[in-house]
Amino acid sequence: MIEIRGISKWYGQFQVLADCTTSVEKGEVIVVCGPSGSGKSTLIKCVNALEPFQRGEILVDGTSVGDPRTNLPRLRSRVGMVFQHFELFPHLSIAQNLTIGQVKVLGRSREEAMDKGLRLLDRVGLKAQVHKFPSQLSGGQQQRVAIARALAMDPICMLFDEPTSALDPEMINEVLDVMVELAREGMTMMCVTHEMGFARKVANRVIFMDEGRIVEDARTEEFFGTPRSERAQQFLAKILHH
Amino acid sequence: MHEFDWSSIAGAIPLLAKGMRVTLEITFAAIVFGIAWGTLLAVARLGGNRLLGGFAAGYVNLFRSVPLVMVVLWFYLIVPQALKALFGEGLGDIRLTSALVAFALFEAAYYSEIIRAGIQSVPKGQVDAGLALGLTHGQTMRLIVLPQAFRNMMPLLLTQAIILFQDTSLVYVIGLSDFFGTAYKVGDRDGRLVELLLFAGAVYFVICFSVSQAVKRLQARYPQ
Repeated sequence: MIEIRGISKWYGQFQVLADCTTSVEKGEVIVVCGPSGSGKSTLIKCVNALEPFQRGEILVDGTSVGDPRTNLPRLRSRVGMVFQHFELFPHLSIAQNLTIGQVKVLGRSREEAMDKGLRLLDRVGLKAQVHKFPSQLSGGQQQRVAIARALAMDPICMLFDEPTSALDPEMINEVLDVMVELAREGMTMMCVTHEMGFARKVANRVIFMDEGRIVEDARTEEFFGTPRSERAQQFLAKILHH
Repeated sequence: MHEFDWSSIAGAIPLLAKGMRVTLEITFAAIVFGIAWGTLLAVARLGGNRLLGGFAAGYVNLFRSVPLVMVVLWFYLIVPQALKALFGEGLGDIRLTSALVAFALFEAAYYSEIIRAGIQSVPKGQVDAGLALGLTHGQTMRLIVLPQAFRNMMPLLLTQAIILFQDTSLVYVIGLSDFFGTAYKVGDRDGRLVELLLFAGAVYFVICFSVSQAVKRLQARYPQ
């Protein structure tokens, strides 16, 4: 579903991604972790071309992301993305947040889009909030709406960029629960997260990044059992300690 | 000691009202056109195209570096020639047209700077979220960024409108009878210049002060 081949990226002289290669099969759930500044968010944003890259190739469902002839809006409409800071549109109601993409990009009718939006809102347990504005919801609720907004586009895969790291601790689980359910239904997911409980529960593979490189790319049991690299061991010791 | 005599004001109200109409016409035309043209200039400056960006930057810097009164005079001297070349003689009084064009083009430079700052006040994550849904760059700008930008910059836009409203009095240099010009002419005619100018000043003050108070209340309602 997602093929990442030899991706390198520089900001001026500074290399943020160095020869990253991995893939996500259909129905697979991949967790990407690593210390801050390791390039994991940058890598996931390369997948739907929110970040350009200078070398390498990324294929999403066979379409090359870096090819200038690729219709990027069309490609992005098929790849759902959830952001660290939710990024709901604050000037639009929850209903409008859920329908804007469906109407403007997929050309669905307002009724059809609203119908779909309401069903997904119900699924994340927020049907009662449909007429509110984002600022009236808690962080956890906003992030669940953001997931529903992405799902409303019927994506072929979902990208999560640290979806819980801006949340208060008591709200993390309500978002993770939605993600776990999604994973169990067979959604293809690539998640940048430090939630190792989530990784253990649903991830097929864990990728560990450091200084722009993929240091480890292992099946989940292997990764938590015996990480091969010292950096990954140190990292795990630090974040699993508390 | 000057003996005040306010009697000539009452009789001049219809004339003054006509002058106020001209003032408001220029003000609103410059606001509407200035914001529209200013938005395009701002988007051009922030967009990737170097040619368009360079043109917009040059335009803004030019108009911000010359006095408004000169721009008004230039257009009074240039626009008639241009129109005559296009439509031939017999156009009638084009002073209002030239003033409208001058103010609109001049204000666009100021509005574009306000709008540029407004666009930059919208977090980049909002653009990413729009693009990630599959919206094009244009749609993201129109549907996501600009509505938020305009909400953020409403107080500044209104403050600029107040300044513009006062600056329209500069059309006296081309002999156009706006509110200020009319007050001046009436006062001059009746030998009551001091009274008329005091009265005109009071009217400007009441209007501008009310609007700026409204802006303050608006700001309190939508904290930045």
